[in-house]
Amino acid sequence: MDYATLLQVLDSTVRLATPLLLACLAGLFSERAGIVDIGLEGKMLAAAFFSAAIAAVSGSVWLGLLAGIAASMVMSGIHGLASITFRGNQLISGVAINFLASGITVLIAQDWFSQGGRTPSLMGGGRFESITLPFAEALRGVPVIGPLYYELISGHSILVYVAFLMVPLTWWILFRTRFGLRLRAVGEAPEAVDTAGVSVVGLRFAAIAICGLLTGLAGAYLATGLQAGFVREMTAGRGYIALAALIFAKWRPWYALYACLLFGLLQAVALRYQNIDLGGFIIPVQVMDALPYILTVVILAGFVGKAIPPRAGGEPYVKER
Amino acid sequence: MDKMPAWADAVLVPLISILLAAILSALVILAIGENPVEAFKLMVDGALMRSTGWGYTLYYTTNFIFTGLCVAVAFHAKMFNIGGEGQAMVGGLGVALACLFIPFPHWSVALIVATLAAAAFGAAWAFIPAWLQAKRGSHIVITTIMFNFIAAALLNYVLVNLLRPVGAMEPATAGFPAVTHLPTFQDMFASEGNPLFRGSPANVTFFLAVAACIAFWFLIWRTKLGYEIRAFGHSESAARYAGISPVRITVIAMLISGGLAGMMALNTTMGEAERLVLNATEGAGFIGIAVALMGRSHPVGVFLAALLFGFLYQGGAELALWTSIPRELITVIQALVILFTGALDNMVRMPLEKLFLATRRRSS
Repeated sequence: MDYATLLQVLDSTVRLATPLLLACLAGLFSERAGIVDIGLEGKMLAAAFFSAAIAAVSGSVWLGLLAGIAASMVMSGIHGLASITFRGNQLISGVAINFLASGITVLIAQDWFSQGGRTPSLMGGGRFESITLPFAEALRGVPVIGPLYYELISGHSILVYVAFLMVPLTWWILFRTRFGLRLRAVGEAPEAVDTAGVSVVGLRFAAIAICGLLTGLAGAYLATGLQAGFVREMTAGRGYIALAALIFAKWRPWYALYACLLFGLLQAVALRYQNIDLGGFIIPVQVMDALPYILTVVILAGFVGKAIPPRAGGEPYVKER
Repeated sequence: MDKMPAWADAVLVPLISILLAAILSALVILAIGENPVEAFKLMVDGALMRSTGWGYTLYYTTNFIFTGLCVAVAFHAKMFNIGGEGQAMVGGLGVALACLFIPFPHWSVALIVATLAAAAFGAAWAFIPAWLQAKRGSHIVITTIMFNFIAAALLNYVLVNLLRPVGAMEPATAGFPAVTHLPTFQDMFASEGNPLFRGSPANVTFFLAVAACIAFWFLIWRTKLGYEIRAFGHSESAARYAGISPVRITVIAMLISGGLAGMMALNTTMGEAERLVLNATEGAGFIGIAVALMGRSHPVGVFLAALLFGFLYQGGAELALWTSIPRELITVIQALVILFTGALDNMVRMPLEKLFLATRRRSS
């Protein structure tokens, strides 16, 4: 494999890791606040559809982005209503959200566009264009570093840079602000937060609102950045891979970045090479598909470092009387 | 003192939840410019007014009984098995291997062996998550989700690389031998003068599913093991104090659950397609969640809920055929049912409990 191919694989790793990373950080906020969210997939799907649909109708990708975020915020709201207000089962609520998004997107797509559950292909202002960073053209001729800068670092859409900047931002919010401290506390010991006079319900709703915002970005990137338009089930399990990455990262932002890059690399390699030939021993493409899930199970089993979730995760908070 | 009489808990709460889901579904149909009353009539016509419609309805019902019971038995042990889909896929592999490689003398023998194979394969796929939960404390919901994806990749590999007949393009096994053909309702009930269930896929596995409901009831409410499962589900610490091993109950409950999910593949693989295809489960593993929630994890409830979803599935296919409403409407209804009977249960329950308390106070 030569340098140019390597750069191409890494470039597509960055693209494929972006939606995973945004969704993974979304899950991070939610689960750190004690709300388990297996509805990431559904929220992303809803955001992908509404961003593509509004971008197709209005011709503006920014309006599309807003619509996508709004859609996944609504989904988050349903999750919050069920799991915070009515203290329902968070897992069941997440499952319901995944089905709701899977059905309603195709239903509305068929009603609006009559193209078999997809949106028209986005063109021009309906998509996020790739941004060429300063000096990328000029430095292109420089050996090694030039192509690296031009291919890998420059030339992505704005949401890719947003996603990568979200990692330090998430770290800063969670570990350096008062809000972050409280948010983590509400996921570990909500009764202590309540005793301190801070609203558990309010904090948890704030967490899932951030979760909705980030899954909205993830879905919008899928439909308007990575691809040009919405097709049914286009998230294709990415929400679950993000969930896997979250466990893999043991609910920490920087590790989430590494986990998402790893899973993005696996996807990029599976896309580029069907079966990998290692000198007579062939790794079938299905192994690459299954590897993120297998790795997660191994991590969960605690054979390679134990993944301990936030203590109050999944438990509705009931005030003592 | 209970806040509500038992009948209200078992009947009234699910009924109100379904009513809410139905109202919202009707609004969705209205929003896409169709008439909900007409749509409902069409669904009833297509699913219940002809014997062929019933043949399809009962075919889907069979799938949902198995997956519903699969989720229900795990619920009794207070576990959430989202892995029914993957367990059913692997169960299908068991059915296919039995049918393809064992020369059977008669379909009845084939059915027994294939049932055992399906249950064993499904149970084996549930065993690893169960063992990891019991021994290593990894959350069963996450591991079973992961195992769904691993099962899909495994099945894809086996079908593409190992079981696909030479020269075939489609990732599927060869057709099963004719002797493994299970009697369909048409074979059993139709006669020359009375062509019933023509062309519909409902088959003898439906009776197996009904038998599974009865066996489920007996197991959970009439045996020591069932008592232990329920005790463990109510309170793990109390169960442990009573000498019930949490590891044993977790693993056994999940083995039963996975076995039931695997048996669902009998209906789709042996009963209908007569070969193993890539998407043999058709999402039935997930519908089992809605069925178990709606049926309150009781076999009678599961049977009725499975029947309702069988009707929705067949009716939804009719709608997609005759109107501009796509099949995905059923996915939306399914989501609403899960939402109202599962996650928003308290929203329905709290006002009802208040109502019952108020009436009781007035009468006393």
